[in-house]
Amino acid sequence: MAVPKRSSLTYEEIGFTAFLSVLALLCFIFWGKAPEAIVRFHGAIGCIGALAAVIVILRTAAGRDHPEVIPQEINGKPNYNFGVVKFCTIAAMFWGIAGFAVGDIIAWQLSFPELNLGLPWTSFGRLRPLHTSAVIFAFGGNVLIGTSLYVVQRTSRARLPGSIWPWFVVLGYNAFIVIAGTGYLFGVTQSKEYAEPEWYADLWLTVVWVAYLAIFIGTLMKRKEDHIYVANWFYMAFIVTIAMLHLVNNATLPVSFAGGKSYIAWSGVQDAMVQWWYGHNAVGFFLTAGFLAIMYYFVPKRAERPVYSYRLSIVHFWALIFIYIWAGPHHLHYTALPQWTATLGMTFSIILWMPSWGGMINGLMTLSGAWDKLRTDPVLRMLVVSVAFYGMSTFEGPLMSVRAVNSLSHYTDWTIGHVHSGALGWVAYISFGALYCLVPWLWHKKELYSLKLVSWHFWISTIGIVFYISAMWVSGIMQGLMWRAYDSLGFLQYSFVETVEAMHPFYVIRAIGGFMFLVGGLIMAYNMWMTIRSGVPIEAEEAKPALVPAE
Amino acid sequence: MAAQQKTSLWEKHKVFEKNSIILLIGILIAVSIGGLVEIVPLFYLKSTIETVQGMRPYTPLELMGRNVYIREGCYLCHSQMIRPMRDEIERYGHYSLAAESKYDHPFQWGSKRTGPDLARVGGKYSDAWHVEHLKNPRSVVPASVMPAYPFLAENRLDDRNIRAHLLTNQELGVPYTEEDLQKARTDLYTQINPDSESVDDFLKRYPKAVVRDFDGDPTKLTEMDAVVAYLQMLGTLVDFSLYDNKAYLR
Repeated sequence: MAVPKRSSLTYEEIGFTAFLSVLALLCFIFWGKAPEAIVRFHGAIGCIGALAAVIVILRTAAGRDHPEVIPQEINGKPNYNFGVVKFCTIAAMFWGIAGFAVGDIIAWQLSFPELNLGLPWTSFGRLRPLHTSAVIFAFGGNVLIGTSLYVVQRTSRARLPGSIWPWFVVLGYNAFIVIAGTGYLFGVTQSKEYAEPEWYADLWLTVVWVAYLAIFIGTLMKRKEDHIYVANWFYMAFIVTIAMLHLVNNATLPVSFAGGKSYIAWSGVQDAMVQWWYGHNAVGFFLTAGFLAIMYYFVPKRAERPVYSYRLSIVHFWALIFIYIWAGPHHLHYTALPQWTATLGMTFSIILWMPSWGGMINGLMTLSGAWDKLRTDPVLRMLVVSVAFYGMSTFEGPLMSVRAVNSLSHYTDWTIGHVHSGALGWVAYISFGALYCLVPWLWHKKELYSLKLVSWHFWISTIGIVFYISAMWVSGIMQGLMWRAYDSLGFLQYSFVETVEAMHPFYVIRAIGGFMFLVGGLIMAYNMWMTIRSGVPIEAEEAKPALVPAE
Repeated sequence: MAAQQKTSLWEKHKVFEKNSIILLIGILIAVSIGGLVEIVPLFYLKSTIETVQGMRPYTPLELMGRNVYIREGCYLCHSQMIRPMRDEIERYGHYSLAAESKYDHPFQWGSKRTGPDLARVGGKYSDAWHVEHLKNPRSVVPASVMPAYPFLAENRLDDRNIRAHLLTNQELGVPYTEEDLQKARTDLYTQINPDSESVDDFLKRYPKAVVRDFDGDPTKLTEMDAVVAYLQMLGTLVDFSLYDNKAYLR
């Protein structure tokens, strides 16, 4: 390999080469020194990945005399960087299928425990974090990063800063996912729900996240538009707040320098409060604020209508982010957490109902004058149904945060049902809608390969969701009631295992519902693949008359 | 006039809409308040930092058992937090106290009961029952949906860094003594060997610890030993006949 001349390297390339070299060295130490085989494997991935990136950077530089200057505009139009968005789109689809599949496997394991196979890496306790992280952080995260990098460029009419930075963010984020996921299978976990990755993966994510915030704000600063579009406020709140939550909740002390085990700095009550402050706001800012940003861009785009009320979106934004952060303690009713804290959490959860529905109304009313499109456009139908599910689960949430209701619902499947009505109905559907919009836009196709397949996807997965959430409502409320049932002599009526037996049919129905949702996802992946491969290109359509000489 | 004032408020909001750094600062302030109000007092309030007689740090074996419990994701299906309701107290025992998890880095309260609460499972079943149940849950509870963990009895416990484990906890505020740190490895093996000479010394430093060969295989120290030792101590430290539950009422 020819050594590139100094003059042919940009400062960005020099900086990244230096940073990645140090990273490779650190990872090499992990590779050699970590006590756990899986952490050595992570060290190897990091070391080889970082070195490969250095080689790519230097080879690119060696093949030219001067650094290329990427034009910010071509023919008066902004020269957007959509390569990273394409990557995130495909990665989201891949992780989505993986996450849905693992979710369905563990649903069957709860119905038929032999499916755990008696092996460490196939048992429920290790697969469950794999499922939650795959759907939230791998699927959801790639959707959020992909759409945010698309929306911020479009609405700012500016290209992302740097040429390596954006790739560092998306590749680095997906490397984090691989490290976290393989770690779970081999027992590397902090046991904090939705924050299971160990300290070294957390540190890496912090680096990637800061780079993400930097290119996001960097694009906003370059913007050609006077105002920052409302979707970007929500994206920014998501990025900033997740950074804050991540740092505080994962404060930890490793047992050894290159080992995969650490102890969380907080303990007992304080740790519980920090965890659910994090946990509930992972819902509030990752799964809500970020996806509301998607709503504020993709629903108006697809419906070809402006956002219903700009003022409502201002109130929605500030009220939502201010109130959400208080809601965490409703996960800790009747525990050793002081009652005032839980009451505060409950009160703010109920208040939160208002901004949530304000946002829902703003999204739904955007369709004013375009409701007829629901009949003909299954993608818009998906987006709108997702907003309806958002309304439903943001009503159910405040209800379940009420102390009396929570005394029944807590520790039961009702919570699982509630989470999935939000996760499948709201988060996944708005993501599907956004991806269905994005694929033709990014690959310059006229339309999706098949709208009929979108309809099939919609109906199969909707029926799957209904199976899922109604099974969980019944089994959750039933189990909660069975736990507290007394017989006529004043004894507890049911032993614990009798309540487990009673749930079996509902676990089977839930697993069938989950399977339907997975089938829907597979249909979508096929449709997207066919759109990219053989969709009708926009240019070809315009040039058609010239292209059909008779043979 | 009134209408004009109203619009001026919307006008003022434009400072956020036109400046990304001001927007960033505004967001940071808005999302900081709730957490500060709810979290910070918990480090100072009497009820959350109460000292209760009987609480002691985990023995090295219990701590390692707890790490296996965490590694296998047991917390995903078993809570360790008994709520103060009649049915829970009758089913599981006295409601959980804040002090009972004060040495838990991280806490293991859990959020779901696919299986029963384990906060006071210690002493409820025999070691043999636990071993059989972990190897094949359906051999003792036919309707159980718990995964089988036969490999725990095969795996030797990783004892390489045991002193570092205690040291890390000590640095985070768990009151291990220098003696505990020095004897960490000996303590690990003492707890599965009731005939050992160091048992008395061990029990002086870790009152109420159970010294037994937990997994029925005295030839080696397994992960099964550690997990069962952990399960058998859960909820056994506080003597509720001595606990004054009015002490923290206000």
